Amino acid sequence: MAQVSLRKLVKAYEGGVQAVKGIDLEIADHEFVVLVGPSGCGKSTTLRMIAGLEEITSGDIAIGGTLVNDIPPRDRDIAMVFQNYALYPHMSVFDNMAFGLTLRKFPKAEIKRRVDEAARILDIGMLLDRKPKALSGGQRQRVAMGRAIVRDPKVFLFDEPLSNLDAKLRVQMRTEIKKVHQTVKTTTVYVTHDQIEAMTLADRVVVMNHGVIEQVGAPQELYHHPATRFVAGFIGSPAMNFSPARLEGDAHALRVVLPNGTALPVPSHRAARYAPFVGRPILVGLRPEHLTDKKPTDKRNIADFPAIPEVIEPMGMETLVHFWMDGHEISARLDPTCPVSVGVPIVLAADMDQMHIIDPATDKVL
Amino acid sequence: MADGTIAAPRAPDFAGQRANSLQRFSRRRSTIAFLMTLPLLAVVVGLIAYPAAYGIYLSLLNRRMTEFAGLLNYEILFDSDTFWNVAWQSCIFAITAVLAKALIGFWLAHMLHDIPAKGQRKWRGMLLIPWVIPPALSTLGWWWMFDPTYSSINYVLSIFAIPAVSWLGEPNWARTAVIIVNVWYGAPFFMIMYLAALKSVPEQLYEAAAIDGASSWQRLRFVTLPMMANIISITVLFSLIVTFANYDIVRVLTNGGPRDLTHVFASYAFQVGILSGNIPRGAAVSLFMLPLLAICAFFVLRGVTRRNKEQM
Repeated sequence: MAQVSLRKLVKAYEGGVQAVKGIDLEIADHEFVVLVGPSGCGKSTTLRMIAGLEEITSGDIAIGGTLVNDIPPRDRDIAMVFQNYALYPHMSVFDNMAFGLTLRKFPKAEIKRRVDEAARILDIGMLLDRKPKALSGGQRQRVAMGRAIVRDPKVFLFDEPLSNLDAKLRVQMRTEIKKVHQTVKTTTVYVTHDQIEAMTLADRVVVMNHGVIEQVGAPQELYHHPATRFVAGFIGSPAMNFSPARLEGDAHALRVVLPNGTALPVPSHRAARYAPFVGRPILVGLRPEHLTDKKPTDKRNIADFPAIPEVIEPMGMETLVHFWMDGHEISARLDPTCPVSVGVPIVLAADMDQMHIIDPATDKVL
Repeated sequence: MADGTIAAPRAPDFAGQRANSLQRFSRRRSTIAFLMTLPLLAVVVGLIAYPAAYGIYLSLLNRRMTEFAGLLNYEILFDSDTFWNVAWQSCIFAITAVLAKALIGFWLAHMLHDIPAKGQRKWRGMLLIPWVIPPALSTLGWWWMFDPTYSSINYVLSIFAIPAVSWLGEPNWARTAVIIVNVWYGAPFFMIMYLAALKSVPEQLYEAAAIDGASSWQRLRFVTLPMMANIISITVLFSLIVTFANYDIVRVLTNGGPRDLTHVFASYAFQVGILSGNIPRGAAVSLFMLPLLAICAFFVLRGVTRRNKEQM
């Protein structure tokens, strides 16, 4: 049993700066939870507090039901993979992986069995005699993971482990990490600033901003039902389009009216929810993938969205079109076969079922 | 005629080829590199190679420096009890002093490393003072403190009812006094080198070790020391060379006394060569350090190269 519980966790530095502002989080046994957010949001500090590398200002951390606030890192039964791998340069790969077990006075045969097993899982059996210097970035990353696996700890902690790798290797290692978790099933807390990493790896994603948790949920839930403007903008790539707008009409026929006068009908099943905001300024959010070229579809709530493309980016599998509306950049994802030219007006299709309306006063998604 | 017509165009060809090869030679990177290192080579030859060769030459002459005497000076030294006493004394002095300097420097570096950056600068500056004062001057200060009549150290001891010590009069205490002053003077150098080495150990290695289960002693043993091994070896070697060749502290503090029992190679070489006027034998004394230090340097530098290859 290795649940991790964070209760009213606060980290304040000298001078009163609060990096983490009283967060609550329950991580279930075997769960893979990713803490994601921009730089300075408190995600790494939270992870380091779980590891015991950072003192807690107030609140509680429990691992496997045991309060660990005052327990040093070595007695928390956790293993951590660092961004720069933190391999001991004077030790061979085998010794690096065996170090934690040697210190805990495991029998030699058991150490060898565990290291060999981890090396098999990570496919680094042929590297065991080498020094870290002789390894590539990806191999070092595997060794760092191997060092965590051999310990068979209650919790794995990953602190931006893929940030130092190139884009191609990062994708490959992401798959490896997911595969390893499916094999060893250890409770994992993973920190990253990359929302794609978060979405692809996590059972649940914790989006943090300014030291607080904005939203916790499964990747698809965050994508389709963001709770706040921050989450709506942070999750998804390219980011969601936002534009100020007004709600007009009555409960039976609501429209979102954009600054350029374009009126987009609100799906009838959402009308009651938005009715109290009629006449008030709102923010409308629509992902680029829900603003596409017009094509035959059986979707019901598709609205015309006139635009004049200003920048066109052909990506091969799709074409990104950017235009500005009242100072706000809007992006659309078009089929690569769709004829589109800079400065030539085009009518796009907005999937209004996927639209989000945000109250600018609270930044909450309505 | 025919030969002449054939030979005529050949002559300028040879000249052209020679000019070309000379140009090529002067443009070669290795030639340019050699030319650029010439000033340094001149310094090395003028200040190191020539005096060393001249020292060896001198050690092979007779006392009046009029005849080649072969290894006579060395044979006389090997038969001299005083010389072996000096050799033994030099080894004890250098090894004890270097070990003490290394340990104290390591301890001070650790203490400083744990002080926040702001206060650290102040302490670092204060602790470096012994190293920046000219040793002849500071040793004079120590000489006063050890003075049998006015010894301030003995005064402090008397407060605790400890009997006065004849610091510079009794051979063992005199040796201890020389070592104390050398350690006082040299430990800040070790401190500053070790502090720099400590700062270069990535913090995450300690964090990884803490999570792996290492206690603070084990972090020192398995992370700090191996990561500092090269700096430790090089500073110990460097200090061993300098301490072996130390002259000023012995000269000012004890002048080799009592009864030549605190001489080290350098002070003894000075006494034999300059004060007693036997320059060839003085040269032979000072050259005795060379093989000892060469063996040390060989093993230390080999270790450094091996670690560099493996880790860097």
